[in-house]
Amino acid sequence: MSSHPDDSNEPLVKIRGLRFFRGERAIFDGVDIDIPRGSITAIMGPSGTGKTTLLKLIGGQLRPHAGTIHVNGQDVHKLSTKELYKLRMRMGMLFQSGALLTDISVFDNIAYPLREHTKLPESIIRKLVLMKLEAVGLRGARDLMPSELSGGMARRAAMARAVVLDPEMIMYDEPFTGQDPISMGVLIQLIPRLNKASRLTSIVVSHDVQETTNIADMIYVLSNGKVIAGGPSKQIANSTSFWVRQFMDGLPDGPVPFHFPAEPLETDILEN
Amino acid sequence: MEQLARLGRIGIGTLERLGRGHVLLLHMLAGFAALSVRPKLLIAQIHSVGVLSMLIITVSGLFVGMVLALQGYYILSQFGAEETLGVMVAASLVRELGPVVTGLLFAGRAGSALTAEIGLMKATEQLSGLEMMAVDPIKRILTPRFMAGLISMPLLAALFSAIGVIGGHFVGVGLLGVDDGAYWSQMQAKIDLHEDIYNGVIKSLVFGFVCTWIALFQGHDCTPTSEGVSRATTRTVVHSALAVLCLDFVLTALMFGED
Repeated sequence: MSSHPDDSNEPLVKIRGLRFFRGERAIFDGVDIDIPRGSITAIMGPSGTGKTTLLKLIGGQLRPHAGTIHVNGQDVHKLSTKELYKLRMRMGMLFQSGALLTDISVFDNIAYPLREHTKLPESIIRKLVLMKLEAVGLRGARDLMPSELSGGMARRAAMARAVVLDPEMIMYDEPFTGQDPISMGVLIQLIPRLNKASRLTSIVVSHDVQETTNIADMIYVLSNGKVIAGGPSKQIANSTSFWVRQFMDGLPDGPVPFHFPAEPLETDILEN
Repeated sequence: MEQLARLGRIGIGTLERLGRGHVLLLHMLAGFAALSVRPKLLIAQIHSVGVLSMLIITVSGLFVGMVLALQGYYILSQFGAEETLGVMVAASLVRELGPVVTGLLFAGRAGSALTAEIGLMKATEQLSGLEMMAVDPIKRILTPRFMAGLISMPLLAALFSAIGVIGGHFVGVGLLGVDDGAYWSQMQAKIDLHEDIYNGVIKSLVFGFVCTWIALFQGHDCTPTSEGVSRATTRTVVHSALAVLCLDFVLTALMFGED
């Protein structure tokens, strides 16, 4: 498989037998996921299922305790620092907070990866940055500082930065959380548009069921460290599995219990 | 038994932190070469770490010099040795108070700012964001700050001492009537370049190294929450102050102990 890294039938990201622990708690316990090229793949699950951790594992910021993650045929965790950085230049990541550098303007934030990694003259950098800002509707906000942006604008600016190096894939960490309906609508439109226009592969990590099923081609639902369902989004949306139904329909109790594990209420109250 | 286990945990935790601190230091030092290509990064940091600390250093230096002259005059005049006031003021400043007080002020002014800045960058995922943009945050963000601390500290200490000598002159000569010529000539004759000035510079270099290292490590290693950043900032000031005072004793013993 690694001999044909650009084989278009091969999934861009291939996760096999992934195990990851935080202390004693297993965040992932044997997870297999394929992210097909050119698609928008959603990773969904309740809070605390390690969705952000998964993105950090794919980006090589965290190391799994077992299992492998291949991106474009390369085993992420066997690369040298130099090779890993080279691979990261082909991945964009949109953090939940935007993670813009707060001491420089929006323009400089978007230009940052270009200035760091290319020797392009300023005139070209300016054009590229303005094009990316135009795509997210923030060309007019280029001179603002990140602190002057609203949450939705910061996320859009971060999106422009994530795609400025024309990566092959982009990872969105909870893109819809805490957005007002208008910004949400803008993001729902932008993600597929960018994916199509730049021929990207997108991974969207989210627990916003409605929005995510609308834009995703594939969905994986995670719970308790395992993939409980995976497949084309329509199939998942119509799934009859109790687990999937509880999550998709937002039922308070079910296979994922409402209560955090504890001893029975009676013993707890009557004790002492 | 429980107590013993707790003690063990604290010991292991401390050792781990020390290890992480040294790994960070090596990583920062490895970035020095890359810095020569981007001098602008360094200049910006020297401005925020060094230049912006100048006011507090100048004012403190002035007052410390003035107090030294007052106290010195009181004791020296009892032996009829007021003429040596200049030597006393200059030697105290160059050997001890310059590096030490500058180190303490530097930790409070620049060190705490560095910790808070790096800690907040961590809490807001800016450092993580840089990593994902294939930019090494340690080399790009921490190394220039470290270098700036190393360069700024001896210069600030020199400024402190110089202003202190002027403050001493103002009180000693201007107010208490010590002879102007004696103040300067005694100082010129008795202050030794190697013995006094170089040793003072070495001290300030060491304090600059340690304070900046502590500040950057605390910021980089903090728990990325508002409480974590606030604790780390406090730790920076406390650890730096203790480190400066302890190291001052060790260095003084090494430099002047045999005389």
